[in-house]
Formats: sequence, C-alpha cells, structure tokens
Amino acid sequence: MEIDVKRVAQLAALKLSEEDTKLFAEQLPSLLGHFEKISLVDTGDLPPMVCPTDMHIEFREDDVIDWENAETAVANAPEKSGNLFKVPPVVG
Amino acid sequence: MEILKTSMTELKQHIDNGDVSCEAVTSAFLEQTKKHNTELNAYITINENAIEQAHELDKRHKAGEKLGKLGGIPIAVKDLLCTRGIRTTAGSKMLHNFVPPYSSTVTEKMDEEDAIVLGKTNLDEFAMGSSNETSYFGPVKNPWDTTRVPGGSSGGSAAAVAARMAPAAIGTDTGGSIRQPSSFTGIVGVKPTYGRVSRFGITAFASSLDQAGPMANNVKDAALLLEAISGRDGQDATSANLPVPNWVESINTNVAGKTVGLLKECFEDGAMTDEVRKVVDNSLNILKDLGVKFKEVSVPAIDTAVPIYYLIATSEASSNLARYDGVRFGHRANFDEIPAENIAEFYARTRAEGFGEEVKRRIMMGAFSLSSGYYDAYYDKACRVRALLRKQYLEALEGCELLFGPVTTSTAFKIGERIDDPIEMYNNDIFTTGCNLAGLPGMSVPAGFSSEGLPVGVQLIGRHFEEQNLFDFGQALEDELKLSEVPSVL
Repeated sequence: MEIDVKRVAQLAALKLSEEDTKLFAEQLPSLLGHFEKISLVDTGDLPPMVCPTDMHIEFREDDVIDWENAETAVANAPEKSGNLFKVPPVVG
Repeated sequence: MEILKTSMTELKQHIDNGDVSCEAVTSAFLEQTKKHNTELNAYITINENAIEQAHELDKRHKAGEKLGKLGGIPIAVKDLLCTRGIRTTAGSKMLHNFVPPYSSTVTEKMDEEDAIVLGKTNLDEFAMGSSNETSYFGPVKNPWDTTRVPGGSSGGSAAAVAARMAPAAIGTDTGGSIRQPSSFTGIVGVKPTYGRVSRFGITAFASSLDQAGPMANNVKDAALLLEAISGRDGQDATSANLPVPNWVESINTNVAGKTVGLLKECFEDGAMTDEVRKVVDNSLNILKDLGVKFKEVSVPAIDTAVPIYYLIATSEASSNLARYDGVRFGHRANFDEIPAENIAEFYARTRAEGFGEEVKRRIMMGAFSLSSGYYDAYYDKACRVRALLRKQYLEALEGCELLFGPVTTSTAFKIGERIDDPIEMYNNDIFTTGCNLAGLPGMSVPAGFSSEGLPVGVQLIGRHFEEQNLFDFGQALEDELKLSEVPSVL
C-alpha cells in the first residue's frame, strides 16, 4: 500500500523533518499493512464498539462552579500579556 | 522495624499505632530515592513538600485525629496524572515545564485518604511505549538488571516500587502499561475494570482504553490502594456509579473448587519463551494443587488484538493530542527569526518540536486511520472487531471465575534491543491489550524468575467489576510462592 505521508502529516498538524518523512514513508505502510488482517474478520452485524462496558453515561447538572482566577489560568502560557494569552502575529 | 522492607499495609498499622512517624517513613523512602534515582531514573520530579506534608500529618495524628486509609504513606505517581502545583510532564518535551492548576481525581482521592505524593515517575512519552525508552527524560533502568528495560509505559512507577523507592505507586494502563512493567520488575500491578477509576486529570492517551491502577509489592497493598482511588466521579462521565467493595477485608484465599479458564491461544507452542512458560506452568500447578479446576476456553479473535489496539489507540490519541498547539500551555516553537506563514504552520512547527518520534508515529497512524477514504477499512473496522473480541472474552468468562495466563511473551529485554522495530515492540503487547479492548480487569502477580534471575509475572483477567477474584487468586498464589528475592541494586 502507498501512503501520502505529507498529506497525513498535514492532517496531523506536524511539520515533519525530511528524515522523519522518509522514516514514516517506510514504516507506516508496513505497520498498517500488518494491521490489515482485521479486514478478514467477519463481524456479522455487530455495531462498532466505542465503550467497553455496559455503562449508563450520567451527565452532570449544568451548574456554575467557581474555579481559579485568571492569573492561574494563564500561568502556563508560553507567552502572556497581563492575563491574556499572547501569540506571535501570523498572516493567513 | 526496617521501613524499606515493611509492606504498605504494615507501615500504615505502625503509623496508626504510633510506632513510627509519617515523617520517618517519608524520609526513609526519600533517602532510598536519593541513593538509586541517578542510576535508575525512575522519578522525573520529587515532591519538595513531602516531608512538610508528613510532618503536618504527624501533628494531626498526635492531636488524636484518625488518619485516612493511606494515612502517612508516601506514594509515587506516574507523571501522567495532574498534581496541582507539582510539575506534570507526561514524559514529553511538550509539557516539560507544565505545572497543573488542578489535580487528577486519583491524586485528590489519595489526598483525602492522607497519602503523600512522594514524586512523579518517569514514563514513555504520553504513555506511548512498552519499554520506557521513549521518555524525553531518558530511559528508566530495570532494578533487577540495569542493562534491561523495566517495561512501559509505567516503567518509572514499576522501578520505584521494585527498588523500594516507594512502598507503592500509581500507574496507568492503556494496553498493558501497568501489568507488563509489573511483570518485568517482580511487583503486583492491577488494571481495574474500565470505569472503576476516574480518568479526570489524567493526561489522555486513548480515552476508551485508559485506566489508572495500583502497583505494589504485594496483593493486599494493591487492593488497599485501589480501594482508595476507585469510585464514581462527576468529572468523568464514564466512571461507574457502583459502590467500591472492601476488597482487602474480603480477600478469601480458599480457591478450591473454583474454575479458571485457560485461553487456548495464549498457550500455543511458541506463544511465550520457555523461561516464561516454566514459571507460568509452575503457578498453574500450584493452583491445581489448591483444588482449582481448569477449563480450556478460546478467544479466536485474540490474534487481532494488537492490530485493533494500535488502530483504535492511535486514532483516539491523534484526537486527544490535538490540544497541544503551543497557544495556552506547553512547548511553543520559536518564531522570532522565522515567523509562521499561517496558523497551521504555527501549530505544525510547535508540535514537530514538542513531540518525540514514537508520539509522532502514533499520531500519524491515527490521523491516517481516521482520514477520509480509509476510515471504514481501518478505524471503523477495528471498532467492529473490538466488539467481537469483547463478546468472545465475555463468553470465555462464562462459567469461570477468571482467565489465567502469561503477561508477556518474554522477560525484560535489553535497552535498545527493540526500539528501532515498532512491529516487534507492538507485538510484545499481545497478552495485555485484550483486557483494555474488552474493558476487563487484569492483574500481574509475581510468579517466579528466569534462569537469568529476571522476574516473571502471571496474568489474571476477571469479569467486569469483579476485581475481588483477582485479589483472591493473587493472594493465594502469593501465599504459596513466598517469593523473597530482591533486585540486584539493593
């Protein structure tokens, strides 16, 4: 199988180095090819499973809960201006 | 009493009786950590306030207050769980300086039971790995043989417990990340039923598979720690609204007459090395001598467990890790000299710098499996085969208390031996991924050693929310085996 590594990297929001692009162009087809044996399994009319137990999902009340202050919320920001997140200017 | 040689349950009793202070216990484990962490690299961060917190607990205890279930016990926590005020890196450059403004429910519950977070343990980056070699903070070494891996992804937690740098630890298990390192380092590790433990505040890898659980030096300690961290949490809609049983008090080692299933596929010729087989067979014979009845069962779809695991886990990861974009927290690439031409480049350069090779590989696999034109054949098909696998597991567990078998195909391998071959590394997870895919509870119990002196565990897999059976059989094996060997670094 062939995989368009550049297209997948774009979907994955990763700017791959040439080295990584080459590595993944070799590895991904063989890995995904190795996984292709699942296509041979007859699953009948079983629906796709997304949750492993028979649980009933319970929702929270839609209540307002006090949280930290703005200072704490921006404490981990790579760059900030006062209590605002700061990002470099980007065009486009 | 020698603190480092005393079990967590006993330490707790000694603290309650006033034989030893919380401060003395915490100091002893911190000293041991200082002695061995440079070589083993088990901890990324030590909690600088641990002694002070122990001191506070001593004051409360002296004033007549009854401490909680884990009162005064220092516990190592995998650096995937958010701890308010203590750096939480997920083993990644992306989060190398992230200090969470909130705590995971697991560590909140530990705090409510008066435990002390001793430090944050090393792991494969974002828990993606089976050897602890993908950590940004360097590999962890196995205390039994420092040329070998401790397993992964909870390798730091496993090494810390095995080398008595903590009486117990918290790990997480998405495809075997508690059980495999437990087997490689000779400790007890439990992956609870999906939904037993809240995932809130645990850096998400694959949300339909992730569960946190205890790693400890014996079965009772593991049961006690699991009691403390389990239960319904409004912050995690998938956490089960079920009472948490009193597992420790209910442990019953009288397993005579009970039926255990042997998965035919796990015992086929060549399924595991002869060394592992010898240890597994020995435990099987011990259980037989205790009057356990064995029955052959089959999960034919198990040979697809690794493919469906890697398709589903990477798909979920590609979505979960989309949040790391360098805007509000975490690593950001430097744009001073070469500005980003557009917002997509801002994200892509930041992410390419912040993530390591294995994480990139998995995000790429996931993005591909979910992409238009491939979704049906990869992600959707994997979810359908997963439903079949779960059905077969549940059928196999009808009429038996649990399934018994190996945890891993081999003992701990050498550092560097498999890191360049992802397929070989992934195939290593053949016996553990099924549990996560089917949501079942699983446990690794130390069962013996290879001729080279490397630990080997056996795996017990139970029905949904029936962890008690794991503790009963695990304790029965522990009592019979009476393993007393300690790692070479001690």
